[in-house]
Amino acid sequence: MLVPQLINGLTQGSLYALVAIGFVLIFGTMNLVTFAHGEVYMMGAFAGALAMTVWHLPWFVALAMGMAAAWVLGFLIEKIAFRPLRTAGHMPPLLITIGLSIILKDLAVILFGAENRPVPSIYEQTIRVAGIQISVLQIVILGVAAGLVVLLRLLIQGTKIGRAMRATAQDHEAAYAMGVNVHRVFSIAFALASCLGGAAGVMIGIYYNAVYPVMGAAAGLKGFAACIFGGLTSIPGAILGGIIIGVVENLTVQFLASGYRDVVAFLVMVIVLVLRPQGLLGRKLRTV
Amino acid sequence: MPLYEFVPRRSNWHAWLPVLLGLLLFPLLVQSEYLLNIAVYAGIYVILTSSLNITNGYTGLFSFGHAAFYGIGAYTAAILATRSGIPFWLTLPLAGIVASAFGAAIALLTLRLGGIFLALVTIGFQEIAYLVILNWVSLTRGPMGIPGIPPATIWGVALSGNRGYYFLILALDTLVLFLISRIVTSRVGRAFVAIREDELAAQSAGIATFPTKVLSFVVATFFAGIAGGFFAHHARFVSADSFRLDETFAILTMLIVGGMGSLPGPVIGAVFLVVLPEASRFLAEYRGVVYGLILIGVILFRPEGIAGVPGIIRTRGALSRAEKPSAEEGQPA
Repeated sequence: MLVPQLINGLTQGSLYALVAIGFVLIFGTMNLVTFAHGEVYMMGAFAGALAMTVWHLPWFVALAMGMAAAWVLGFLIEKIAFRPLRTAGHMPPLLITIGLSIILKDLAVILFGAENRPVPSIYEQTIRVAGIQISVLQIVILGVAAGLVVLLRLLIQGTKIGRAMRATAQDHEAAYAMGVNVHRVFSIAFALASCLGGAAGVMIGIYYNAVYPVMGAAAGLKGFAACIFGGLTSIPGAILGGIIIGVVENLTVQFLASGYRDVVAFLVMVIVLVLRPQGLLGRKLRTV
Repeated sequence: MPLYEFVPRRSNWHAWLPVLLGLLLFPLLVQSEYLLNIAVYAGIYVILTSSLNITNGYTGLFSFGHAAFYGIGAYTAAILATRSGIPFWLTLPLAGIVASAFGAAIALLTLRLGGIFLALVTIGFQEIAYLVILNWVSLTRGPMGIPGIPPATIWGVALSGNRGYYFLILALDTLVLFLISRIVTSRVGRAFVAIREDELAAQSAGIATFPTKVLSFVVATFFAGIAGGFFAHHARFVSADSFRLDETFAILTMLIVGGMGSLPGPVIGAVFLVVLPEASRFLAEYRGVVYGLILIGVILFRPEGIAGVPGIIRTRGALSRAEKPSAEEGQPA
């Protein structure tokens, strides 16, 4: 029973990792925290679910649509909540994104209804790899998550905007003085982060065969816990954090009680913050 | 801005007597149970918002877990009253004490962290508290909630209608606001404000900042627990859903809209945002959207809220109060 739970944990953890990377991209470049990330994830999930149920599109088109919707939403959120308050410190953007998350959650209820919306299941067959039963869907999810991480790495390391993002993360002002369009970097980093969140939302919707308006709250907090676990500024740390939280959650279900699975992520977050606020792999924090 | 602008002064309490008189006459003019019920809820939120103001407003510590302490107070009162038959006048202070014990524990653990991390740990605590309430079935009956909480009693007489609860919450609000006003104008209260304005300076002025911050948390969570205790005896049913993160955000929105760091601010915010959704069916249906839009509008355009102290959220908006030229600036260098 241990191995299947580990694989379940790894699958979920890879999606938490995508959400967590979003927080890292935002905190890393802008040194700010968003609270609407879970709702972006939820909206992405709904876009994907609608694409699959209403227009009967294949799952990868739905994934692209969910990511596109989340990209646009992230772009708008950055414009509303972060652009006007660039120099205001942490609290105003955090409070505005709290307001946005309340609005988005309510809008989702109004637009799509409060109840679960079913998502058709795909790749239900299971295969046996080295004596371990694993569903094709889990392989697809792990593949999507890994693929997106690789693409992100190529983008950050190999392109001009990626270099601008790295420069901005190191020092806003120096980057600005060197001619980097810092506002554009913030905008793209935020949209990119949202896009990854949207992808995670679509895949979770397919994995559990359901999307619902309040799905974002827990996912956003867990993604945040994962990103704290790995240090707020480290992408490998966020991936590690996501996977650890996913696995520990599933082991909790197996060995303790299923009701306490969500407590684990928050407990991990509190413990890490109290004992080691810079995370396991994070670089030393700037003054917060 | 000179420091004395920030320091709360003893206000002229006589000015509030007509308001109090009006509030005393309100239930004699209004007969509707429904309106009185809204008034009682407004009274509960006045305590919650005013107590959150102690940490978030006066001391500048951003706590995002207030609904958890509210819930802990409510469940303490509910469990004590239904299982042990402890009377109302004892469950209420016990609710406050238990909530503030949790507040002290959280404060001791987390107050070494600054700003944003404190906010996030308290959000984490909020979620943990909710999930534990939901899952510890033997203590809290989990998702079923606790029904059959006895009504509040005064001198052996059980309150039946909302009129009695209205007078009770009015008395409680008056007491709580009086106590908070005494605290924030005391030496301790000035220490709170000093920590908010500049922690290092406060420390070098001889304020023991860490114990003072813990104290601020303890006081705030005590009053939140009291509000929870009252809620349990008024609603006579508690369930975990009343104490979710959304509730914290609602209280926070009330505080920010009313204005942080002043005594009337949270009262105005609480009454305004409790009454507003009741004003029309449309507003009630879109409560979340309305709250969210108001919160965003206030942060962007008037971060000090309706009646708060400017500068706690370190931005200024287009509708902010005009800044008075300070004495130092007027003098030639």
